[in-house]
Amino acid sequence: MLGFFALLGRKTLDSFGRLGRATLFLLRALAGLPSLLPRPTLVIQQLYSIGVLSLLIIVVSGVFVGMVLALQGYNTLVTFGAEQSLGVLVALSLLRELGPVVTALLFAGRAGSALTAEIGLMKTTEQLSGMEMMAVDPMKRVVAPRLLAGFIAMPLLAAIFSFLGIMGAYVVSVATLGVDDGAFWSQMQSAVDFREDVMNGVIKSLVFGFVASWIAVFEGYDCEPTSEGVSRATTRTVVHTSLAVLGLDFVLTAVMFG
Amino acid sequence: MTSAPADKPSDVLVDVKNLCFRRGGRVIFEGVSLQIRRGEVTAIMGPSGTGKTTLLRLIGGQLRPDSGTVTVLGQNVHKLGRDALFRLRRRMGMLFQSGALFTHQSVFENVAFPLREHTDLPEPLIHDLVLMKLQAVGLRGARDMMPSELSGGMARRVALARAVALDPTIMMYDEPFAGQDPISMGVLVTLIRRLNDALGLSSVVVSHDVVETSQIADTIHVLSEGRVVESGSPEELARSESAWVKQFMRALPDGPVAFHYPGPSLEDDLLGVR
Amino acid sequence: MAKQRIIEIWVGLFVAAGFAALFGLAMQVSNIPVFQTTEGYDVTMRFENVGGLRERAPVTMSGVRVGRVKSIALDERTYEALVTITIESRFDRIPEDTSASIFTSGLLGEQYIALDAGGTDWYLEEGDEIALTQGALVLERLIGRFLTSMGQGDD
Repeated sequence: MLGFFALLGRKTLDSFGRLGRATLFLLRALAGLPSLLPRPTLVIQQLYSIGVLSLLIIVVSGVFVGMVLALQGYNTLVTFGAEQSLGVLVALSLLRELGPVVTALLFAGRAGSALTAEIGLMKTTEQLSGMEMMAVDPMKRVVAPRLLAGFIAMPLLAAIFSFLGIMGAYVVSVATLGVDDGAFWSQMQSAVDFREDVMNGVIKSLVFGFVASWIAVFEGYDCEPTSEGVSRATTRTVVHTSLAVLGLDFVLTAVMFG
Repeated sequence: MTSAPADKPSDVLVDVKNLCFRRGGRVIFEGVSLQIRRGEVTAIMGPSGTGKTTLLRLIGGQLRPDSGTVTVLGQNVHKLGRDALFRLRRRMGMLFQSGALFTHQSVFENVAFPLREHTDLPEPLIHDLVLMKLQAVGLRGARDMMPSELSGGMARRVALARAVALDPTIMMYDEPFAGQDPISMGVLVTLIRRLNDALGLSSVVVSHDVVETSQIADTIHVLSEGRVVESGSPEELARSESAWVKQFMRALPDGPVAFHYPGPSLEDDLLGVR
Repeated sequence: MAKQRIIEIWVGLFVAAGFAALFGLAMQVSNIPVFQTTEGYDVTMRFENVGGLRERAPVTMSGVRVGRVKSIALDERTYEALVTITIESRFDRIPEDTSASIFTSGLLGEQYIALDAGGTDWYLEEGDEIALTQGALVLERLIGRFLTSMGQGDD
């Protein structure tokens, strides 16, 4: 019984320690951001591996999520004769929730895990140490560009996801379900508010992008420098990012739409 | 302990005084003092696990000692601010055991890295400098290869070219000979000595390879159990009376360091109750 | 360096696609209020009860949308709802004695303001007030009134 409390206590202390390290780490990384200004190439490189290489999965998932939403929504709405509102249903679910959240979850799996593994391996193979000994701060050279790139890439990916989702829903609704073309768009336009829906979605994905990249680079930097440590850190990145995104989504939704 | 002749203080590049360092309750160093002189190849030797690599990291300022001081080029490493420490590190080169090459960059880019980071040299000049450094380690022809295509010995030579790219004052080698075949070992031995003399460096070699290190070192410090047990030239150490140094230098399997790890006697283990 | 160039082009395309998607969401999917509030003139009116009317609800005339509700406030002197609407500037010939009513689209749909054209030759301008208004029909009151009149009928 005492063992249980000891375990609980140790776990609690551990997680507080990690939280503290993560915060200090973030502050140091943020302090490194100004040094990127004269060297945009570093960020562009990371935008490529974080953003461009995630495009495929985002495009495919976006289109399919949109099409499925249309099919499912149609079945429900048609019983009330409200299938004209299909566009509204799809657009609001994508813009407010699915776009930012699903993009963030896919991001954690595709880009976040890769970030953690890359930085973790750099640590394991002494590349970070080597950099320090060459008087190059890995915080500025390695961590800061990745953090910034993740922050920039996420809202763009989420916008692409939502847009393609709506397009996918449009094709399914109009071509196969027989929803009126004009009604689909006009209903959507009168119900969707730019500030309320589109911008709030963008704000959400900015927050998610920040948190997801923070977790990914921190886990990589903080990992135990062994192959097992890297693999555990990679798993933690995906799990922690997903949990953080879902939790934050609840809070943000409550604040924005509550 | 040999009493070294009193040198001029400017000859001492690295001065380690009464260094104590603990990690996770384990004592690694307990009052280590040693000096590294200009122009020499100084070897720090000792069995695995005596914290030789840790010593290099303490000198490079990557770790903090519990007590004692490390003075490099007249500056107390652990009293420096981050910027001053980074300025000091530009004058130190370090060759890691793994090479620590950037795996996503070619050999050329790896060697160019410190030049691009710390200088504003135009691209053609960087190109020439990198090729000269690669020429010095005999790998000019491998400039477009990726680190994963290199053999262990070649990777270490590339790392060496990168470490000397900024013409450091002090070069530190972490186990440069570990896990190398005889040919690349020979190449590295000659390279370390040649670079030291040609570029006017001072080198610190951390190693447990007695034969190779003895060939090139001017001074050897032998570490054991957190202390310097003996210092001197390779010849002096070879004549040492200390049983421990004898065992280490001649690679004898049994001696003060027992062949058997401490445990219950064999009879007890075999015949004892299971 | 050629590889670097390809990376740059890809990143450029990615960023452009991201902003294009955002722009598409703004223009095609939603209606940006910024563009609409600017080109038009504001007219105020008072209602006894606005019911479920919301900001940005449509303002129509003969079923054609001519503007949107800009703001809804409470006049603390008269305890009436003070509604400001923005009428698009191309509809600049709306008579001054036009009346406004709050209707519901469909049985349970969104509420909107319908304008009924008057007959004078003077037209509404920025800052004018529409005097003739008919507030929202609140279902509960209606039912209440209906039940009362039923009760009276029984006597």
